[in-house]
Amino acid sequence: MLRIPADMVAAIVAHARADHPDEACGIIAGPAGSDRPTRLVPMTNAERSPTFYRFDSGEQLRLYKQLDAADEEVVVVYHSHTATEAYPSRTDISYAGEPQAHYVLVSTREPDSDEFRSFRIIDGAVDEEDVEIIPAAPDVAPASTSDVRAESDLVQS
Amino acid sequence: MSVSVSVPTILRPVTKGEKTVSAEGTTLAEVITDLDSRYSGLGDRLVKNGALHRFVNIYVNDEDVRFTGGLETAVTEGDEVTILPAVAGGSSTGGSSTGGSSR
Repeated sequence: MLRIPADMVAAIVAHARADHPDEACGIIAGPAGSDRPTRLVPMTNAERSPTFYRFDSGEQLRLYKQLDAADEEVVVVYHSHTATEAYPSRTDISYAGEPQAHYVLVSTREPDSDEFRSFRIIDGAVDEEDVEIIPAAPDVAPASTSDVRAESDLVQS
Repeated sequence: MSVSVSVPTILRPVTKGEKTVSAEGTTLAEVITDLDSRYSGLGDRLVKNGALHRFVNIYVNDEDVRFTGGLETAVTEGDEVTILPAVAGGSSTGGSSTGGSSR
């Protein structure tokens, strides 16, 4: 089961809506081994595509070094599907390389309703899991998360 | 030439749980061959059909090797090699949009 603060759910959906019709992607980090998502990090979709996403490789390296230095790990990997359901595609399954992570998919195909679902993807096997939305932690400020996206990307958008 | 190689979570079962391993070589290809000789199966996770596997990113001193010559990227004593899983996917079932679709 994924337990996730309500404000992070809202932030992921907002990111997906903002980038629609392209796919949006990012992670939520948390203390290593805690399975607790505490720090939302939106990532650049280097493909800028409605049917594919890939973290920008330089941005990803900066992120992973930050995580390592802070004794954090990737707790959630999220991305959006913009014309299909929020279920892992064969491509999603083939790339899934974070066995400890919850894979969150959001669908923005319906303008007025959001699908938000979570999966474990290990060795090619997909298991959907329950999502429990918990109140936002008062001592956490996900709106002010560090941003590893390159400045040039931010200026362009 | 001895370099240090940072191994991602998903490949640590192959490296007996080690997060950082050392390897010998003058190119990335030689480093991978050396690693595979001690951690059997690692090579197949990194290289496919003679090229870097699309499921991984490899960096030499923070430079993505896709931009520096791929497997032929030169390494020198003390270099840091970082392997990360490529975080990618998407609703398309046709594979990567950059992967050269056959249609």
